[in-house]
Amino acid sequence: MTRQMTGAKMVVQALKDQGVDTVFGYPGGAVLPIYDEIFQQNDIRHILVRHEQGAVHAAEGYARSTGKVGVALVTSGPGATNAVTGLTDALLDSIPIVVLTGQVPTFMIGSDAFQEADTVGITRPCTKHNWLAKDTDTLSETLHQAFHVARSGRPGPVLIDIPKDVQFANGKYTAPEKSDTSIYAPETKGDITAINELVEAMEKAERPVFYTGGGVINSGPKASKLLRELVDATGIPITSTLMGLGAYPASGENWLGMLGMHGLYEANMAMHDCDLMINIGARFDDRITGLISAFSPGSKKAHIDIDPSSINKVIKADIPIVGDVESVLTDILKVWKARGRTVNREAIAKWQSQISDWRKVECLKYTQEGKTIKPQYALERLEALTKDHDRYITTEVGQHQMWAAQYLGFEDPNRWMTSGGLGTMGYGVPASVGVQVAHPESLVINVAGEASWLMNMQEMGTAVQFRLPVKQFILNNERLGMVRQWQELLHGERYSHSWSEALPDFVKLAEAFGAKGIICSDPDDLDEAIIEMINYDGPVIFDCLVEKHENCFPMIPSGKPHNEMLLGEASTQGAIEAGGAVLV
Amino acid sequence: MAALKIKKGSTSHSAYNLRPNFSDEVETHTLAVLVDNEPGVLARVIGLFSGRGYNIESLTVAEVDHTGHLSRITIVTTGTPQVIEQIKAQLGRIVPVHDVHDLTVEGASVERELALFKVAGSGEKRVEALRLADIFRANAVDSTLESFVFELTGTPSKIDAFADLMRPLGLIEVARTGVAALSRGAE
Repeated sequence: MTRQMTGAKMVVQALKDQGVDTVFGYPGGAVLPIYDEIFQQNDIRHILVRHEQGAVHAAEGYARSTGKVGVALVTSGPGATNAVTGLTDALLDSIPIVVLTGQVPTFMIGSDAFQEADTVGITRPCTKHNWLAKDTDTLSETLHQAFHVARSGRPGPVLIDIPKDVQFANGKYTAPEKSDTSIYAPETKGDITAINELVEAMEKAERPVFYTGGGVINSGPKASKLLRELVDATGIPITSTLMGLGAYPASGENWLGMLGMHGLYEANMAMHDCDLMINIGARFDDRITGLISAFSPGSKKAHIDIDPSSINKVIKADIPIVGDVESVLTDILKVWKARGRTVNREAIAKWQSQISDWRKVECLKYTQEGKTIKPQYALERLEALTKDHDRYITTEVGQHQMWAAQYLGFEDPNRWMTSGGLGTMGYGVPASVGVQVAHPESLVINVAGEASWLMNMQEMGTAVQFRLPVKQFILNNERLGMVRQWQELLHGERYSHSWSEALPDFVKLAEAFGAKGIICSDPDDLDEAIIEMINYDGPVIFDCLVEKHENCFPMIPSGKPHNEMLLGEASTQGAIEAGGAVLV
Repeated sequence: MAALKIKKGSTSHSAYNLRPNFSDEVETHTLAVLVDNEPGVLARVIGLFSGRGYNIESLTVAEVDHTGHLSRITIVTTGTPQVIEQIKAQLGRIVPVHDVHDLTVEGASVERELALFKVAGSGEKRVEALRLADIFRANAVDSTLESFVFELTGTPSKIDAFADLMRPLGLIEVARTGVAALSRGAE
């Protein structure tokens, strides 16, 4: 059975057949036929963003919080180039999204036509794969292949560039099940010999640690369930990267907290001193490893990753396992149970008591005193007042992001959306929009810094238009806090262009958008203000004026190993001395 | 050729092949990459090398299967064993890449390159050039009273050697195809 239809109709049909219910987009000349089709149907909801970068980040937020593929639709030329940051962000964090771009008609390609850009050329290095759809007859198959590539293996962003004449022309529609997806078939099952070797190592290990990442979350909720089962059955302590938070619950007894540059002391010390490191779906990012040559010197390292290129890229793996986390964890549990559920209980108990000693350092301690709100205090109160809600958190990028990772607890996967690999300031506002679209009844909070927040604040218009009650929780220190911190510690306190001057009045700004504005500067008023934010039925911009010079600790300075962390002091004064001593 | 289902990134099924045995010594490897001959595929491969800072010593590409639209890209690259392994894994990630073979480690292989040399001169130098061409089994594919164009096929080092000999004899221009390589034997 072949069905004839226009390319534009095919796009909408393919999206429906792929189970897409929401598209984030912005119209323009080269996608008008597709927008005309969107107008004439009701199955797919189109969310009109205010900037194409916002469309892609919103699609990322949607994808990350649902486990489904996010979709963005933008026009040619500037529409496509504005999508580049979002595509790169999704590539670095392995977020499955499909971006559809309009293109000038095929016969005008290469003529420097109005709003023409070499979209496929520009986005080749920032997508997992991309296509220029030159033929209406193969367009639908390409669309189905795009979804397949985006969600299979290590997920990532894909892009299809669709010239306007291809959208107008008629062609035959191919259904998803008739489409050839054999073009991309990554291995998902781990090598059983290597899995056996890992289980054997787990049985003997005296100081084992799980180091998990975003791959666990990408693998799906079952992977997180299996991880919890394995961790709790073995009693092996577990730490996670920024991207992996929520795979194991923050309230779990084996939880060490996040590791890495701003990770917890106990997590980093455990990584440094362990004798068996089991990396599940993480990629030894430089924010994690610190100084490579001094990275966990005494440990045997197992690395489970679906992407063979992740293995041995940075850190040599002693037990490499290429496969999907869910499949590999299933096999590990099967083998471990069949071999008698053994671990070195005595040694692990000793290891746990060592970890308890590290915990006593209380690396996240700070002092809230006086009339100024400490950012850590603001997040602790936010956590206390929202943790029982059906809650999703997005963030911008900077100090607030690290504090959010440290002070908020994530009990489930897909609840934490942040720009990890690329570190994209401006991610949080559109991502919160995307998450709220997917979860209209849930409490969606974007933890932000004022500078980052301004980068994509236009998406407040989207939130208001679509009645998305996103809560923008801005820790306002009138500084580019992380830049300022590095300048303080590494550049002789010369604060070159790291303060926010001429900031808007956020309450008035909220009102101008048609949202609610709340300002809070007194720690005594904070709880009440947060409750007001939660209870308000609509989007809120919360301007939380915080201590301007607070630094984010603990911190592994670049080029230092895990056991040389700066613990800092609650007071900035102490931190400078400690920082200077180590860094200069 | 039927649609290929390839184990991405690894030349073998077993993860054991990913075991590191790394040294810091820079090695030269010849990679044969089988790809779908579709627009942009060469840009994907070259972009990978430039984007990640890998070296290309030589690169040849042509469609080798006209019905299946498959092209073979032969790349000679250098790097430490860890870098070479990364290159292979990264190539394997590219969607239209079907297969990556490291001819340097997968048994014996033959490598050939074709080169054209323009040599101009007269008298004794001209005679000497012709004599050396004969020794190297190079063919004169063009000649005038003042010049020859020689065609030579061989390993890159043979072509280098011939170029070195021609230089004092009036070498004006060289064109090289880059390396084409196949594994030896029936497989």
